Amino acid sequence: MLAGTVGAAALWYACVAWVPLEAFRRLPDPVAVVTEWLSPRPTYGISIFTEAYYKHILYSTWRASAAFVAATLLGVPLGVCIGWSRSFSAYASALLGLLRPVPPLAWVPLAILIFAGSEAAVIFVTFLVAFFATTLNTAVGVKSIDPDFFRAAACLGASRRDILFDVVLPGALPNIFTGLQIAMGAAWFSLVAGEMIAAQYGLGFLIMESYNLIQFPTIVIAMATLGLLGYLSSALIRALGNRLMRWREQSIGLAA
Amino acid sequence: MSAALSIRGVSKTYDPQGGASVEALRDCSFEVRAEEFVAIVGPSGCGKSTLLNAIAGFDTITGGEIRLDGALLARPGLAPRPGPDRVVVFQHGALFPWKTVLENVTYGPLRQKALSREAAQAKALELLRASGGLDGAAATYPAQLSSGMQRRVEIVRALMNDPRVLLLDEPFRAMDGFSKATMHQHLLELHRRYRKTIVFITHDLDEAIYLADTVVVMTTRPGTVKEIIRVGLERPRVPQMLYSRAYAELKRGAAQSVHEEARRAFERGEREQA
Repeated sequence: MLAGTVGAAALWYACVAWVPLEAFRRLPDPVAVVTEWLSPRPTYGISIFTEAYYKHILYSTWRASAAFVAATLLGVPLGVCIGWSRSFSAYASALLGLLRPVPPLAWVPLAILIFAGSEAAVIFVTFLVAFFATTLNTAVGVKSIDPDFFRAAACLGASRRDILFDVVLPGALPNIFTGLQIAMGAAWFSLVAGEMIAAQYGLGFLIMESYNLIQFPTIVIAMATLGLLGYLSSALIRALGNRLMRWREQSIGLAA
Repeated sequence: MSAALSIRGVSKTYDPQGGASVEALRDCSFEVRAEEFVAIVGPSGCGKSTLLNAIAGFDTITGGEIRLDGALLARPGLAPRPGPDRVVVFQHGALFPWKTVLENVTYGPLRQKALSREAAQAKALELLRASGGLDGAAATYPAQLSSGMQRRVEIVRALMNDPRVLLLDEPFRAMDGFSKATMHQHLLELHRRYRKTIVFITHDLDEAIYLADTVVVMTTRPGTVKEIIRVGLERPRVPQMLYSRAYAELKRGAAQSVHEEARRAFERGEREQA
């Protein structure tokens, strides 16, 4: 992993320094970006020593988390209903099938008008993609549970509520977490797009502002920060998933 | 606490009004006495599992009735209701992979609030110990066990409920010969000790004769009872009996019916393929 990271940075450096292409000429090399990033007095006003940098990070993280949490709280129960009840599935699939293909950015103008402001609108758009990913993966997870588990639980005297907690949720958990991973990725994606169009702060906004002011290193700093945040959030979800699904770890021999 | 089971004129047609109507069972009748071990044999797709699902309360029937010690279990128009008096051990195994062995085994009594947690765990450990020292595996997850151990745990999970009938749906189908032979002795020992009424589904005639008091041979679809064979072999059953004259004669008698049905099933399969 370390070798890969170093290799990628070297490749980047080489492209900028030696490839005689007009397109690469104005790009900052990694040294310039890292120098700017770590500088107490950055040329373009954004580095790890400036308050503004953390304000952007905080705004983006807050929006992504709010959207993600809302998507999980609404998407998992809805997905369970769709996966468990055939009639509910018939009602909901029509609506989801029509809404899901609408690209998230197409929602932005409408969202701004509905929520009377860009803050809630950006969170809403971010929520939307995360919500679809969570709902659909949860529904698939519930539908793919071996019917014998439901039968076994019924034989053993489980109530409907017991079956929800002892069969449906644990059985769907692997797919739910796949959904949450996808949702988190999609949330960052659509968050940045949303911030570029309609926001006052945030890393997407920072990229767009730096673009307008032609501040190349700051653009790359914001991009790299997004990469790190995406990686961290994904690792966090994976760690939580592994904790909740220890039975799976053991079944593939990690605990032996 | 074992019960007698009556299967009287049971029929089942899937999707009777629809275009894809399939008659799975036609006028099936036989009686299972309390504490009896009955094996149902027949070719694949003969409706054995349909019958088991009807007894277990997983599916409706479209004709006849099923009674447990005289109490009505199933008849056309009656909503099916599974329960801990008829516990199924499934063909592909249905231990909850996300629960430990102990959690799986105590699941029934705890969910029915039949036993306290302490009592359920004590009973579970005792039954696991009696099933080849499986109490040592109580804290592990099912995926860490061999398929034979998983089967034994699943049978313990069923026995924990003191079922009046134990329903086994081809439980040893996917096992190799040696494990299967071990499981046969284990099941015979459990039957001797706990005297449960057992309905055992299989497509293996040898297994059926070796284990059961009565073998019900079913015809190919629509499944109905072709022959009922009383197995007079004494108990306890031991592997040497597989080479005895009495066993050979029982098998010769039954093999005729089973082969006829197997051939019919095969020919129909060929026709349906064509």
